[in-house]
Amino acid sequence: MQVSMTVNGGAQVHEVEPRTLLVHHIREALGLTGTNVGCDTSSCGACTVHLDGEAVKSCTVLAVQADGSEITTIEGMATAEGLHPMQRAFQEQHGLQCGFCTPGMVMAAVSLLDEIPTPTEAQVREGLEGNLCRCTGYHNIVRAVLAASGQALDDPVSVGGAGA
Amino acid sequence: MTDTIDAPAASPAFIGSRRVRREDPALLTGEARFTDDLVLTGALWLGIVRSTMAHARLASIDLSGALEQPGVVAAYAGADLEGEWAAPMPCAWAVTDDMKNPAHLPVAVGKACYVGDAVAVVVAETRTAAVDAMDHVVVEYEPLPVAVDLDDALSDRNVIHADLGTNTSYTWVLSPEPEAVDRAFAEAAHTVSEDYVQQRLLPSPMETRNVAVVPAPYDGDYVVYTSTQIPHILKVMLGLTVGVPEQKLRVIAPSVGGGFGSKLDVYAEEVLAVALARKLGRPIRWTEERTEAGTATIQGRAQHQHIELAADGDGRITGIRVRLLADMGAYLQLITPGIPLLGAFLYHGCYDVPAYAFECTGVFTNKTPTDAYRGAGRPEANYAIERAVDALAAQMGVDPAEIRRRNFIREFPYSSAPGLVFDSGDYEPALAKALDLVGYDALRAEQERRRASGDLTQLGIGLSTYVEMCGLAPSKVLASLNYSAGGWESATVRMLPTGKVLVITGTTPHGQGHETSWSMIAADRLGVDPDDVEVLHSDTAISPLGLDTYGSRSLSVGGSALWFATEKVIAKARSIAAHQLEAAEDDLAFSDGTFSVKGTPSRSMTMAAVAYAAFTAHDLPEGVEPNLEAQVTWDPPNFTFPFGAHVCVVEVDTETGSVRLRDYVAVDDCGNQVNPLIVEGQVHGGIAQGIAQALFEEAVYDEEGNLRSATLADYLVPSSPDLPSFRLASTVTPSPTNPMGVKGIGEAGCIAATPAVINGIVDALRPLGVTDVRMPASPWRVWDTIQAATGHPAGDAAEGQQPAPDQPARDQPATDQPAKDQEVPT
Repeated sequence: MQVSMTVNGGAQVHEVEPRTLLVHHIREALGLTGTNVGCDTSSCGACTVHLDGEAVKSCTVLAVQADGSEITTIEGMATAEGLHPMQRAFQEQHGLQCGFCTPGMVMAAVSLLDEIPTPTEAQVREGLEGNLCRCTGYHNIVRAVLAASGQALDDPVSVGGAGA
Repeated sequence: MTDTIDAPAASPAFIGSRRVRREDPALLTGEARFTDDLVLTGALWLGIVRSTMAHARLASIDLSGALEQPGVVAAYAGADLEGEWAAPMPCAWAVTDDMKNPAHLPVAVGKACYVGDAVAVVVAETRTAAVDAMDHVVVEYEPLPVAVDLDDALSDRNVIHADLGTNTSYTWVLSPEPEAVDRAFAEAAHTVSEDYVQQRLLPSPMETRNVAVVPAPYDGDYVVYTSTQIPHILKVMLGLTVGVPEQKLRVIAPSVGGGFGSKLDVYAEEVLAVALARKLGRPIRWTEERTEAGTATIQGRAQHQHIELAADGDGRITGIRVRLLADMGAYLQLITPGIPLLGAFLYHGCYDVPAYAFECTGVFTNKTPTDAYRGAGRPEANYAIERAVDALAAQMGVDPAEIRRRNFIREFPYSSAPGLVFDSGDYEPALAKALDLVGYDALRAEQERRRASGDLTQLGIGLSTYVEMCGLAPSKVLASLNYSAGGWESATVRMLPTGKVLVITGTTPHGQGHETSWSMIAADRLGVDPDDVEVLHSDTAISPLGLDTYGSRSLSVGGSALWFATEKVIAKARSIAAHQLEAAEDDLAFSDGTFSVKGTPSRSMTMAAVAYAAFTAHDLPEGVEPNLEAQVTWDPPNFTFPFGAHVCVVEVDTETGSVRLRDYVAVDDCGNQVNPLIVEGQVHGGIAQGIAQALFEEAVYDEEGNLRSATLADYLVPSSPDLPSFRLASTVTPSPTNPMGVKGIGEAGCIAATPAVINGIVDALRPLGVTDVRMPASPWRVWDTIQAATGHPAGDAAEGQQPAPDQPARDQPATDQPAKDQEVPT
């Protein structure tokens, strides 16, 4: 079947097998490998992308179901001016270690702030429940999201590096 | 083991700063390449058909249906591949001379010994074709009796490997003075005898395992891309098992999405991919499915622990006896048998205990092999001693903080009864800081009030003080433990003609931020900016020497190698600068990247200028080679011994058994910190994994040996609402055994947290008669434990409550329920 979608602002038209998951379409046909696969039960959220502005786990959507839609993947977040503010916050707050869950986590976090611009810590934790991270214990991910929402954090700040 | 190095009084510009990671932008933008992201022209996909039975004779394997499927290139049963192997799957740690190690092939021949054991492989043009074709492999199984339960396996009722005649792999004993231990117990005023179960865990890095092998058939060489912690060790082992000459192998670990010990191994799929690339002359790749990972990747912990303490009238511990039953699984993987022994020396924790006896028996079961999981032996040891010390405190009516203070080691270096020399430590201030931070006295008062009022929500305050041995490892010590490799690490520092710096390290980061930290070390030492330092790693062609990343070793061993390499570079640069400045070497000062003549600072030469002079080689001192580069291989003189104190405050709903983590305070001492931002991140993640063992995670096997919690829907890796924010602090007690005074922090949180949580729950429920809660302490299990303790009818938890000393509680039965309202498929 033929599917057309706008991905990170560009038109993409491809033939796909009907059973193809959106995540496999994104990774294999479009070559956008920033979106990761971490499980096979839609539990981990590593494959989270924005579909028509909403965060979805791209392993729960068939590519054909995304026909005609607008997709943003992690590759579409930074601009010529640099990292997206959420990406920058993740770096400044050390919200990633191995980085495998990170693309999905960033996409979920951006969507969370779209819904709740100034969340509490509890709201951040609830909002990211569908995204698993094995490295950070979520502590610095939560801080990154709070920082990206413009809320002041009380303990020490990081220095230097590409994002600072 | 007692060599010391005087740390120089430096004024570092970068070391000690919270510098953000240079690794992050590539990972944050999706630019980083994990193994499955690689584009490999002409690659074939490997699919592994795995045994669905825990123990069965493979009566027949019919590949014909699979071979007829579209896109299928080849299919093999184990017998078809027997000629490919130069040696069986490697185990590098024969812990005793008579250790039993069954022959272990990458694809089973004749019979399968656990659910997940590879029994056939399919090779196809696409990933989906391989997966589809696997359904057409018909395996006829003849079931054999299983040994799933650890005690049952020990009884040899059903022997798994008939040629071995027993399920016991080894018994390892560490008992330097048995009479002293007997005397301590005979003369004890108080004794404690406890039994604990370390449940099986799935390490669960977010990236599953992946491998891709690209052959160059005419050159006979192979590039192996794999999601591993150990490209260097793997290269040696692949050479030995597949019979490819080692110099023809290049192993690359691209971005690696976490390991936690599970990627410190040599796996059948890696060995297979090399062999099939050789056989078929095309690139071979394989990606592990998450549910497949449940049984195909090693598992952690899986021990039954028996610990006894003898104490005098003041509660000072005078002797310790430990007996372990350790579940090896069906085969011995790379360091399976040694894992319990990494804790064997530490069952006295941070306490000065004069008499010590330890014994561990490794037992085969029809389950996935166990091996290293974050902390590897040390979380188990710390769990046992910290639980037992709390039991002693309760028996004596002494505060848990006080019993710890009475027993702390106070003189360093400390020669322990089991035979280690602890480098440095100062345990009481760490505990005092943690108690202060958590508001200990106020919490005890609140606990008293709640107990008095019969509050249905009881408060528990769980303490865990810990010490671990890190910096694996002095090679001579490894030799004494029969380990087949050394423990050194390598670093190369190369000054480039333009004044920039290349650092090549033998460590293999997979989330630990070595590129950032190593650049900070090199920058401080050489007087350059960290952004002018490139750090290369994880490719055996670029970094030919290394022993990789595990055991909290990278900074204390690999960082030290880097430090010494900069020292060599500076020494050579000094001789060149002295020559060019026409001064004696001793008359040169070196600071901020510039050599200057003492007393005449205007006569100076920057490191960059020296590097250029070394490159042009126009005017070098007699006998000095061109270029400015040094390689150092450093073997640590001793382990390092990080320590700390964690306090977990829990509220337990006595009506539902649910546990709320109200506060978590951690004070860790890993010596000097290169980058506190990264140190804290390691602690956070470690604590989360320690809490996960205490409250959420278990590899649940049924009586037939089926893993019932293989998926991430059933295996409860905690998500963000399951965990609190953590409150961290540190003390700094430098190690005297390496030049930067560093110790290691990768495993600390995981070692400290588990007993902190369970001690908290038991502390909350002790007035109800509860003395133990089996892990994971799910609401159901906590509730059931309360029912049993208060005399109500109860199920499994009651049976496991107080096992007799010689009969550790049995394996988790299939009837158990996970903590959340999710169904386990049957």
